[in-house]
Amino acid sequence: MVVQALAFYLFATIAVLSATAVVTVRNPVHSVLLLILTFFNAAGLFVLLGAEFLAMLLVVVYVGAVAVLFLFVVMMLDINFVEMRQGFLNYLPIGVLIAVVLFVELAFVGAGWTLTDEAVAVLAQPTPAGVGNVEALGRLIYTDYAYIFQSAGLVLLVAMIGAIVLTLRHREGVRRQKISEQVKRTRADTLEIKKVPVGRGI
Amino acid sequence: MGVSMLNLGAALPEIFMAVSALALLMLGVFAGKDKAFRTVSWLAVAAQIITVILVVTGEGGPAFFGQFTADAFAQFCKVMILIGSSVGIIMSMKFAERENMARFEFPILITLATVGMMAMVSASDMMSLYLGLELQSLALYVVAAIRRDTIRSTESGLKYFILGSIASGMLLYGMSMVYGFTGTTNFAVLADTLTGGDLPVGAMVGLAFMFAGLCFKISAVPFHMWTPDVYEGAPTPVTAFFAVAPKIAGLALFVRVAIGPFGSVVADWQQIIVLISILSMLVGSFAALRQENIKRLMAYSSIGHVGFALVGLAAGTEEGVTGVLVYLGIYLVMNLGTFAVILCMRRNDRMNEEITDLAGLAKTKPLMAAITAILMFSMAGIPPLAGFFGKFYVFKAAVDAGLVTLAVIGLVTSVVSAYYYLRIIKVMYFDEPVEGFDRNGTEMNVIMAVATIAILAFVFFPNPLMDSAAIAAASLFGQ
Amino acid sequence: MQELLSEYLPILVFIGIAVGLSAVIIIASLVLAKQAPDVEKLSAYECGFAPFEDARIKFDVRFYLVAILFIIFDLEVAFLFPWAVTLGDIGTFGFVSMVIFLAVLTVGFIYEWKKGALEWE
Repeated sequence: MVVQALAFYLFATIAVLSATAVVTVRNPVHSVLLLILTFFNAAGLFVLLGAEFLAMLLVVVYVGAVAVLFLFVVMMLDINFVEMRQGFLNYLPIGVLIAVVLFVELAFVGAGWTLTDEAVAVLAQPTPAGVGNVEALGRLIYTDYAYIFQSAGLVLLVAMIGAIVLTLRHREGVRRQKISEQVKRTRADTLEIKKVPVGRGI
Repeated sequence: MGVSMLNLGAALPEIFMAVSALALLMLGVFAGKDKAFRTVSWLAVAAQIITVILVVTGEGGPAFFGQFTADAFAQFCKVMILIGSSVGIIMSMKFAERENMARFEFPILITLATVGMMAMVSASDMMSLYLGLELQSLALYVVAAIRRDTIRSTESGLKYFILGSIASGMLLYGMSMVYGFTGTTNFAVLADTLTGGDLPVGAMVGLAFMFAGLCFKISAVPFHMWTPDVYEGAPTPVTAFFAVAPKIAGLALFVRVAIGPFGSVVADWQQIIVLISILSMLVGSFAALRQENIKRLMAYSSIGHVGFALVGLAAGTEEGVTGVLVYLGIYLVMNLGTFAVILCMRRNDRMNEEITDLAGLAKTKPLMAAITAILMFSMAGIPPLAGFFGKFYVFKAAVDAGLVTLAVIGLVTSVVSAYYYLRIIKVMYFDEPVEGFDRNGTEMNVIMAVATIAILAFVFFPNPLMDSAAIAAASLFGQ
Repeated sequence: MQELLSEYLPILVFIGIAVGLSAVIIIASLVLAKQAPDVEKLSAYECGFAPFEDARIKFDVRFYLVAILFIIFDLEVAFLFPWAVTLGDIGTFGFVSMVIFLAVLTVGFIYEWKKGALEWE
């Protein structure tokens, strides 16, 4: 129990600190690396909650793919980050204001956290005893929540079409190797034998 | 209720649409190089017409273990959405070929967005709500930026995407709070949980966030900032589509969320809707006064119309919901007609978007000018045209629910907004003519004619729309 | 819950050791090694030269396309894990459900292949 509490405070503290650093550090590459650190700590918190699958997804999808894409963008693109940060101080007051409002709201909600009796009664399936988190999810996603699962498939399809529609371009005049065509080539396609009469030229 | 049933039949229209989108995608890509643009477009329209038949003849009912419901309300909205998107595809065909955006993915993305909208209006669980909304939004972001080589179109797509993602974030945040405090995402269970009448404070905050997210999607003030830019930048037929189908789907979803799970706590959210509605009507009428670009004008006009439709929702009664549905039906017809006119504003093969380009239309094209005048009078809400009845029913519902101030503000702003609609008529009839427009496409003439006839005839035959709207509203109130 | 977390204890210990050890190594090299930096030592190494311009350039958008397509299939694979674990419990319905999901994405895959998005010209 003590280890659990210690682990929670460790993960939570690092998560909050690194999340703050993401928006305050000067170098955008450091920003992304700190974001990865935040993801790892959030994954740790998910494990403490018993949501193993979410924790693994966070590592596989966010750290493995999304953060890499981010890193790719900030390292490669010619964006002038100094210029982009110019407005930072101007927008700081309103940003802080919104953050304070959200924080007060959250504190307000946290203080008033009561679950009505009806809510406790209908609380959607918690992880059943004796079954792992991944297994518990697997039993629901593909059957009870098949509709949502298939909708997610369609959303992924739209993302795929959208990415191709917006970014794919074919360059003109690129010569590709087409092995089947090369193999199919016969002598008749390339060679023509002409009888040149003697002394007349072509 | 038979909640624990799969009941695939109720979702047949959606399944059919999704499968036909996949089939069209294969057809388009195997035809190669956008050769099949026209074929795919017409087949998409055909698929939507078949879907309308499936929606109307389907028996409906809940499906997918209570995450989906095809009640009369959903049916009514789906028919409107399908009309909006199929007319949208028809209107875009010639434009796309002329303006070099004839890519076969375009009708497919519209079809997939339509599937998302149908899922939205049928949602009976917060998760299916969100996925429907995302399916729709993601396809729309791409469609807005489909002319990827023009800066305006890409800018419009990018703005829409970034602000839309923030709105989705707010919606999700709100939904997770509601889930955290009530323990369920299902609308029916949520309604049962809340019948006690007191909303936990956390769920109240969550509800406010959900409304903020939904307000963005229907571009209600104060979440409307993106609308003029996106409407102006997107290709015109895409703007026409944006102005009708997603808006109807969004408003229908708004009504479903407010009345369904939160129907027993009307007093808690009524103030929010009243405020949003007043702000939308004010911005929609006053900000539009200064617009010179007709697409921006239509953006502000649509913000105003959302405000008027929300008046009906603010009433929170069955009469109010009927009013909203009637309003949306009339709005659909008026907007499709008006955008057909805008798409005909072509001179020497170039699109024109300024209001002054309409000058003297009465002399160069008297019939089109007359049609535009009727559409504008109807938009302004002048009796006996259909637009008047749309406003009349929502205001009446508001007065009956005791929201007299709201109705009065609605009346005042509708008078203000009449100014800019009438200004278009003035430009057409009293200004010196400029060079005439090119010949209209046949499909545009048909759309304009049908819209005008529908607007004129509503006063004589209001029953088809009124009755089905009443049945749809009743189904939402569980009768 | 308790036994679940105790399974993760070795990982926590491992993370602790990893962080501790790397911290020790960095700090030790700062403290123990003799540090006498000068301009020449800190300049670009030997035959290297100072860069003429910023390393950031406009990058071909195709790189992002590949990355985005990767993320989409990454997510698809993520759905396969719980399915594989529970295939015995969820029966034919669960199996068919996944087959439909994969079919939708296979259509997307065929589209992307035919479009030439997977080719690097």
